[in-house]
Amino acid sequence: MAESRPVLEMRGITKRYPGVLANDAIDLDLRPGEIHALLGENGAGKSTLMNILYGLAVPDEGSILIDGTPVEILGAHDAIDRGISMVHQHFMLIPVLTVAENIILGEETMANPVFIDEKEASRKIKAFGDQFGFDIDPDARIDTLSVGSQQRVEILKALYRKARILVLDEPTAVLTPQETEEIFAVLRRLAAEGHSIIFISHKLYEVLEIADRITVIRRGKVVGQRFPAETNEGDLAELMVGRNVQLTVDRGESHPTDVVLAVKGLRAKDDRGREAVRGVDLEVRAGEILGIAGVAGNGQDELVEVLTGLRKPSDGTVVMDDTVVTGWSPRQLYEAGLAHVPGDRHRWAMIMSFPLEDNLVLTSYYRPPFARRLVRQDAAIDARAKDLIERFDIRTPSATVAVETLSGGNQQKAVVAREFSDTPKMLVLDQPTRGLDVGSIEFIHNRAIEMRDAGAAILLVSAELDEVLELSDRIAVMYRGELVATLDGRGANKEEVGLLMATGRRDPDAVKAAS
Amino acid sequence: MTVATERPAGPFWRRGRLGQVFEIAAVPVASVVLALIVAGLIILASSVVTTGSIDWALPFVAYGALLQGSIGSLSAILNTILQATPLVLGGLAVGIGFKAGLFNIGGLGQFLLAATAAAGVGAALATAPAPVAITAALLAGMAAGAAWGWIPGALKAWSGAHEVVTTIMLNSIAAALIGWIILGPLLAPGFSFGRTGDLGNSILPIILGDNIHLGVLLAVAAVPVVWWLLYRSTLGFEIRSVGANPAAARYAGMRPKFLTMFTMSASGLLFGIAGSIEILGVSHFMIPSYGTAIGFDAIAVALLGRSHPFGIAAAALLFGALRAGAGLMQVVAGIPAEIIDVIQAIILLFLAADIIVRHLFRIRAAGGIADLTTVTSSYGGRAS
Repeated sequence: MAESRPVLEMRGITKRYPGVLANDAIDLDLRPGEIHALLGENGAGKSTLMNILYGLAVPDEGSILIDGTPVEILGAHDAIDRGISMVHQHFMLIPVLTVAENIILGEETMANPVFIDEKEASRKIKAFGDQFGFDIDPDARIDTLSVGSQQRVEILKALYRKARILVLDEPTAVLTPQETEEIFAVLRRLAAEGHSIIFISHKLYEVLEIADRITVIRRGKVVGQRFPAETNEGDLAELMVGRNVQLTVDRGESHPTDVVLAVKGLRAKDDRGREAVRGVDLEVRAGEILGIAGVAGNGQDELVEVLTGLRKPSDGTVVMDDTVVTGWSPRQLYEAGLAHVPGDRHRWAMIMSFPLEDNLVLTSYYRPPFARRLVRQDAAIDARAKDLIERFDIRTPSATVAVETLSGGNQQKAVVAREFSDTPKMLVLDQPTRGLDVGSIEFIHNRAIEMRDAGAAILLVSAELDEVLELSDRIAVMYRGELVATLDGRGANKEEVGLLMATGRRDPDAVKAAS
Repeated sequence: MTVATERPAGPFWRRGRLGQVFEIAAVPVASVVLALIVAGLIILASSVVTTGSIDWALPFVAYGALLQGSIGSLSAILNTILQATPLVLGGLAVGIGFKAGLFNIGGLGQFLLAATAAAGVGAALATAPAPVAITAALLAGMAAGAAWGWIPGALKAWSGAHEVVTTIMLNSIAAALIGWIILGPLLAPGFSFGRTGDLGNSILPIILGDNIHLGVLLAVAAVPVVWWLLYRSTLGFEIRSVGANPAAARYAGMRPKFLTMFTMSASGLLFGIAGSIEILGVSHFMIPSYGTAIGFDAIAVALLGRSHPFGIAAAALLFGALRAGAGLMQVVAGIPAEIIDVIQAIILLFLAADIIVRHLFRIRAAGGIADLTTVTSSYGGRAS
């Protein structure tokens, strides 16, 4: 592979934005059949580089060569014509159309000048999918598909447009571990058939698993290139962040005291009216972290929503600090000492178009010192913003920029800053580090441990098993709406918890017997 | 890209506080300019139809007269202000709704009902001392407008019924209702047509020139009051939060149902002030067939003003000026006053076609028209 001519070369790519050198003389080459990982923190310049490749941005300096020939890529159409295709983090599919319709969009096969030949399209896409080993129903509507399947549709769409170079931007950020495995299998197969793949990620273990070669970018520069066989997570993390990073938290001993949160027989329905939480009992003590592990979609979202007042339970009781708080509103719970870092930052935790400083008082805006009666107190809001920006290392040009302009890591730090700073008694952390880079993850994990040691009771819900294992003093496994087991956080091993997550049982033989 | 330490480069008008205003105002201003150019072309084309040859001077003559009639003299300026008065109030009403993610198309009904209430109470108190009569009539109008705005708010909060649908229906109901009220309980005897009684002491006093009545001050005062409410009060923060992200507002402990009802009531109240002062200060009585396009003009004003109270004031003054000058333009250049509606419509088209305007004027994108986005995303949305 090493001696074959690169299908793609990017030479000396430099791109400046006002105040930022986004790409600084970046060299990147891609060989036929190679999976080349582009690794870097949020804001390192990966997306800028790929936007240049896709014709969405024009480089200030540098050149792009395809099959050894210099080319100028003027837009997405140009890129597609040259066999370059991008699968975005946020899918560009039309939810109400079928798989086949989405794929042929723009290249429809017509039955007559007016109507699309749906049957022919469906048949063609089915055959096309089979050719690449995709198990996909061409007549299924996009909005009925799982996120993982939608992603496969995106890839299929790219292949249908005869892509030779496939760029995947953080493809696993939205996937479950199982879906990640499936997509990896697809990528390996595509590479084996001669497609070249650029795989953008900041997840270390993933790039080690999937990539043939890894290029690390930091602050717009290539800081190193590695082959997976000759590197490890620690080495990559240091390259990526520029300093030694603790990949595991030093969580120390916990000293649990009084029960802060006690939940009994809790039941709740999901948005479609199906019972999602089916009789959950749990207790969290001051000074401990209870981690809830589980494959996404086993009722964790609904459980968190009930505990934080965003969803009404259908049955059961919630007691916080010896007070029955079942069915309380978010405001009542906040005043009783509950803080909540939601799993979906964009949906719940922030108002993206609002200034950072407003988001830092999103839950406390109404009370002194941030408001007197009905009047906002700008000086106090401003002072709080300055304080939190410094203490939580939120990197932002100022306190008044809209949070949507900040990187994901800094947005999440802002949420954590807000929720941790009101000295909560009870802290609910839902996927607190999803989609973040290692530097931010390390920071947030250390803060969570600090909060625990300061006497907060913490409920951690995460689809990242490693995160649960690393932080939790006790681990409960959630399976189909129930907590099927509670383990000691220090003794738990990954296989055991993984099995519980997947089957709800400890003993695989019992599963076979039961099914 | 978190290491932006240098100040953003660019010409001075794109930097700092001025830059923020430029960011917000660039597209509306450009849209107005483009609309005037397109309307000028229409005027040119009309000269071909009417005279058989192109009269290159006609647009300039027409716009000259428009300027003359709107700001060419003190009385012209006062007329502009008078025309702008209901538009300011209506624009604020629609704008405050946009901020909460609500689209109040019910301005017409709220205006009409308030006008009727003010006319009725004003006529009943025609012989009471002026301060009492005026205050009571205004309060009656405001209450009627607020109540008529509260209904769609409550329907949305409790049942999720979309306010666009309910406010349109309530417009029809209001139109029928005022007919029944004016021809029934409020009918003044001794006139050849159905109308409410004389206002007597309830008439708003003239404070400037021939026709600037006391109500104009209410409109002027409403601008900073609404600004203060939206940007300086916690209630305004809640309104803007619910509009920008209802889920996050709920997470933050705000009460979307209350805010929906409050905002719709406030919107109705502002339309109510507009309706009241138009009767108490300008028409002096109410008829069942009172005609006004305020409900829709107010939407245009709010969009052009980007839902910001100061922007709305500017947009209302512009539309007021167009209306004030239209008469003179018709006399001098022979251009029908309806061209004003054409200009207004073209402005809206350009506002909606944000991208075209940005391209023509090389204005870089700053997140599109936030308020149009807000409205479209709330469309079909569920009250939570």
